[in-house]
Order: sequence, then C-alpha cells, then structure tokens
Amino acid sequence: MIPSPFEYVSAGSADEAVELLRRHGDDAKLLAGGHSLLPMMKVRLAAPSVLIDVGSIPSLSYVRAVDGELAIGAATTHQTVATSPEVRSQVPLLAWSAGLVGDPQVRHRGTIGGSLAHADPAADLPMALSAVDGRVVVLGPSGQREISADEFFVGYFETALAPDEMIVEVRMPVRPGRPWGYQKFTRRANDWAIVGVAAVDGRVALANMGPAPVRAVSTEQALAAGAGATEAARLAAEESDPAEDMHADAAYRRHLAQVLTKRALISAGVPA
Amino acid sequence: MRVEITVNGSRQEDEIEPRLLLVHYLREVCGLRAANVGCDTTSCGACTVLLDGTSVKSCTVLAAQASGHAVTTAEGLSGPDGELHPVQQAFRQEHGLQCGFCTPGMVMATVGLLAENPQPTEQEVREGLEGNFCRCTGYHNIVRAVLSAAGELSAAGDR
Repeated sequence: MIPSPFEYVSAGSADEAVELLRRHGDDAKLLAGGHSLLPMMKVRLAAPSVLIDVGSIPSLSYVRAVDGELAIGAATTHQTVATSPEVRSQVPLLAWSAGLVGDPQVRHRGTIGGSLAHADPAADLPMALSAVDGRVVVLGPSGQREISADEFFVGYFETALAPDEMIVEVRMPVRPGRPWGYQKFTRRANDWAIVGVAAVDGRVALANMGPAPVRAVSTEQALAAGAGATEAARLAAEESDPAEDMHADAAYRRHLAQVLTKRALISAGVPA
Repeated sequence: MRVEITVNGSRQEDEIEPRLLLVHYLREVCGLRAANVGCDTTSCGACTVLLDGTSVKSCTVLAAQASGHAVTTAEGLSGPDGELHPVQQAFRQEHGLQCGFCTPGMVMATVGLLAENPQPTEQEVREGLEGNFCRCTGYHNIVRAVLSAAGELSAAGDR
C-alpha cells in the first residue's frame, strides 16, 4: 500500500517545525516515528500534502529530572521510555505502559509525543499520562504552554493542539517506590486494549471506555473516602461512555472496567 | 528528493519519491529482496531490517526517514566470502524455518534482539520476537535457533 503523494521536509529544530506548520497550515502533518501516521496514510485515512519530519531533532529526545519532576522529550522512543532507569525508578507506571506498546520494532520507532498527539483512546500512553497526572508542553508561534493530560485529550483522535502547535515535552510528578497497577485486556498479543486501567496514588484512568482517556472520578472519590478496592471498583465505569465494536459491547466493557480496576487497585496497594 | 543511505555498509545516493517506503527502496531501488512485504500493516515483521543497528519494520519507515542513516538487510549479514552469520547458521542448524518467508525478518529481529540482550531467556526470546509472525507456526525451532545463536555469539565473545 502506497501513501498519496506528499512533500517531505525535515525540520532541524522545534522552532523550525512550528514555522513550517504555520506556513503550511492544515495541509501539513508532523512525522516523528510515523508508526501511527504512516499506517493511516498507507490506507489513505490520512493524506497530508506536507510531512514535516521532527523525528531526527536531537534536542527532542531525552529523559531528565527537572524541578523534582520527570521531563521526557517528545521524540523519545517507547523503547527508551520503557528501558530508561530514570523512568523505571521515578514513574514506573509510565515505563511499563511504554513497554506494552506494539512490539519491539514498533517501540524502536514510535515516540511518546507521537502517540499522545495521535490520541487513540485505546492506546496505552494517553491513559498512563492521565493516571500519573502528567501534562504536555506544547510549542506554538507565540511560545510554550502546558496542557494537563485531562484537558489535552478532547475526543476520538482529537487533542487540544492548535494546527500550528507541536508537543515538545511530556512532564509528570515523580512517584518513586509508590505502588501502582496496570491492566490491559486484549484478545491477542500486541493488540490495543479492549479495556485498560492504570492506577496510582488514588488516581484511576481508563483506556477505550470513551472517546478519550477517562478518569474514574467516582472510584477516586470512594478511595479518598476510605473505600477498599472491591467497593471503589464497582464505580469504575460511572464516568464512561464506551463504544461497541467487534470485540465488546458497552455492557461488557463496563463489566471489564470494574473487574480490571479492582485488580489494578490491589496492585496499587489498596486493600481489597 | 535526494536521499543518502548506507545500505549494508556502502553509501548510496538516490533520487526518490518522498512516499517511497524503505522496504520498496531496498527491494526495487537496491535490488535487495531479503526483506519481504508480508502484511504491509506493521504487524508481521517479514520486512524487518536494522536501522542504525535496531530492528524496524521497513514497511512503516519512509526511505526519506532513513536518509543519513545505516540500513542492514539479511544480505548484509554474511561475511565477504559468503560465510553465514552466526544467527543465520543457527537458524539453519536448528531448522528455524519452514516455508522461509518470515525468515529474513526473524533473522534480523534476532540480530537486533541479541544486540540489546546478548543472553536472553527463552521467555525473553519469545517476547523479543513478538513482532514477527511465522504462519507455518514453526516457533519452537525458531526459539531454539535464537538461543543457540546467543550461546554461540557469547562464546565467540569470550574466546
């Protein structure tokens, strides 16, 4: 399968990429690892006329501690996030999540910024970022701004990014030594979650339970009020609006959300 | 557009269309047919090659993205007088193939895996090759071949 023709430009810096976005407007798409965009272009679900390659900008690939938080460059690959000693010790839930994306070859190319900007509600990283209370740092023509995970994901494959903005960094509070839980229910290896749950420090986020990652607010409130995992997990699907597809109907997804949330909460140290 | 790619150790410059996929560049421009187009949807791994030493699925990389980088295909593994790479030798020895269609991808994924983890456990081999499908389902011998190659390579490293 061959994508529609496009013009290819390689950006040398994030500023240059934003300038190119401004110039080409809606016709342009950023390309990092390309592991969400290129498959869509091959089946012509996407046909941008300009691709701006930001995948080789060296200053966008890093993991570092900043102001007591963890900062990860947008073009850092899933493989690097999954294996970085810093991520594994400071935000282990995120490292685990990155290690579940696709397969090794996919993780060698796919990037954290690319996955978040793609905003697939069934994907691992949007849910993980929501669970760890992370945010994205976005660069546009008028400078940088930060957007919390919960405000960033707007709908199916839709984010709060303006057409001339790009993610340059992902930031999150560190949680060394804190117990966490992660559940990904799939029908076959390498697949997207039919339902996913990520839980840490009283926060619970769900994947594929609506058009964007869903915070299980009722569950979180029950936990804050002292409920155990069994009781709190019964409320896991309260805020959800799951779709129906060949894998599951909405009722089954709600059931899964409750079962998986209980398991995730127990892993995260909540008494049963 | 112009790309400059080091393919199996030799630097190549070519004029290509930006939408040319790396696997088609290798097969049609370079005439290297080891990387196969299998599923064409980033699932099966038959098109796996090394990009700067790490395994990638060349059906989901633009040739343009490989410009300035080094690509290795199965053709680039064997020595100058044609002797097989230890991974290729192990696949032959352990009969790690049936129809052979997935084999170049399996071999390249294995070379990438062993570069990252020279002494994998059987479980790590199975997880490390989860991006490569063998539709003959000959996985047991493939795993044996990878473990045998790992032993051979680390013994060679110790010698």
